Amino acid sequence: MNGQPVPASPLVALDTLWLQVAGTLCNLQCTHCFISSSPTNHAHGMMSLADVRPYLEEAERLGVREYYLTGGEPFLNREILEIIEAALALGPVTVLTNGLLIRPETAARLRALSDATPYSLDLRVSIDGADAATNDPIRGAGTFDRIVAAMGVLARAGLNPVITVTEACQGALSSEGRARLIAFLRECGLEQPRLKVMPLLRLGAEATRTRAYAEWESLRGRTIDAEAAAALQCSSCRMVTSKGVYVCPILIDYPGARMAGTLAGALRPFALEYPACFTCHEQGLSCRT
Amino acid sequence: MPDLKRAEDHGAFRRVAFLGGIYSNYLALAEALRIARARGVDAVYALGDFGAFGPHPDRTIEVLREGGVPAIQGNYEESLSTSADDCHCGYTDPRDNAFAQVSYDYTRRRTSPEHKAWMGTLPGHVRLSIAGRRLLLCHGSPRKINEFLWESTTPAPFIRRLLRDADADVVVCTHTGLHWSRFVEGGRGIVNAGALGRPANDGRPEVWMTLLEDRGGALAVEHVPVAYDHHRLAREMREERLPEEFVETVLTGWWTTCLEILPAKERARGRH
Repeated sequence: MNGQPVPASPLVALDTLWLQVAGTLCNLQCTHCFISSSPTNHAHGMMSLADVRPYLEEAERLGVREYYLTGGEPFLNREILEIIEAALALGPVTVLTNGLLIRPETAARLRALSDATPYSLDLRVSIDGADAATNDPIRGAGTFDRIVAAMGVLARAGLNPVITVTEACQGALSSEGRARLIAFLRECGLEQPRLKVMPLLRLGAEATRTRAYAEWESLRGRTIDAEAAAALQCSSCRMVTSKGVYVCPILIDYPGARMAGTLAGALRPFALEYPACFTCHEQGLSCRT
Repeated sequence: MPDLKRAEDHGAFRRVAFLGGIYSNYLALAEALRIARARGVDAVYALGDFGAFGPHPDRTIEVLREGGVPAIQGNYEESLSTSADDCHCGYTDPRDNAFAQVSYDYTRRRTSPEHKAWMGTLPGHVRLSIAGRRLLLCHGSPRKINEFLWESTTPAPFIRRLLRDADADVVVCTHTGLHWSRFVEGGRGIVNAGALGRPANDGRPEVWMTLLEDRGGALAVEHVPVAYDHHRLAREMREERLPEEFVETVLTGWWTTCLEILPAKERARGRH
């Protein structure tokens, strides 16, 4: 199998820039985290505003459309509000968070940042079920109540978060399961519930929780037509971490997925040789909202 | 990226009316054409998505063709003229897609074969100029027929790139159903003409068209509300057994579907 050719994703246009502003550092240690973020994982480090700024300047010149800030937990970053503000000056921003560190004062600051720009600011909060019994074994004891409280804090500040669940979450892929989750979000105080369902990636902690990718889960030897290749998120995104520019938000644990030290150096096709590429292709996965 | 070199060039104009998605709202279309004449336009352009959402899709096409309104393809025209199974609207949410399918199946069933063939003859892009600005007309974006250019997610650096890639000063588009415009330096920018087919999720029953004109050598943009007999449209939609959710939007001005595709700011302005 290894000798067979691997299809490539073109870089059609750099529309979406991801910034791993909290590295792999997180206040939680979710059992399905595909980059095994935790309080002690320093694989990718925190990025300061000064670290981020050259990439933002380059992104502005390249005409990037939107920015996603993630980690780890972005609100562990002491300069997160300044980074959000700097990115919002250039375009719409989405912050992926577990919500636990968003206090009412933080939410008020976020609301003020949102009101000061014509561009959208989105908070995306993850949860793993509509009750503690489902959520807490994955995200940690006591987290369900704290996530629900965070949703309330954001809602009261007039920020309507997008709630992310994984496909493993109580039938989120079925219309009944989806309706249950939407009803749950209304109960949490979200009057216009917004829900995103993500596939699981069998990498990092998730590879231990369930299983790793099997050998057949690969695009090696496959042909992908131009339209399907252009639909992959890596045809329109790049990810910046403290270690440089990676192809996408998923593959940052693979040294081979680091493409360059600058965005300009990473504007080229990428060989789809990793098992997670199979998930993106087969399930149409995009980490974008 | 489509080959924009093949876009038809229609020359220079002084004042032009642009009609975004009509969505079978032939009543609003008739009123928009009346307003355009009263405002003394040189031309009216329809930017695609003539069907969907509303009743009796053939009536809209008849008004457009009898009026000689130049038009470009939207995703609806592309889908209907190629016998596609869905509208390729570009939604990502299951509920949004379910309602989009109801719209498309109805429109496909009720559009005559001759009108579908006509849709296949329409260009994807047109170029023209007003006040010395080179305009590119498209449905979604210059690069993709169903790309959503929303006000809150189409920032200035991205606009500069789109214009550079499209070799245009101004892009005129629709597809989102919400009208807006944003200009960067040198009178260059994006104008989203909005939609004639349904209200702009603002609690008002009026729909919108957009006028561009040469005002003393500068390009002026005016988004114009179009009031029409929306009670009659609602009645006809009920007679055609179209979803009550659609009728509610026509009557209240608040969107009830296609909500999940809205960015945060646009969503927050609506009721649902």
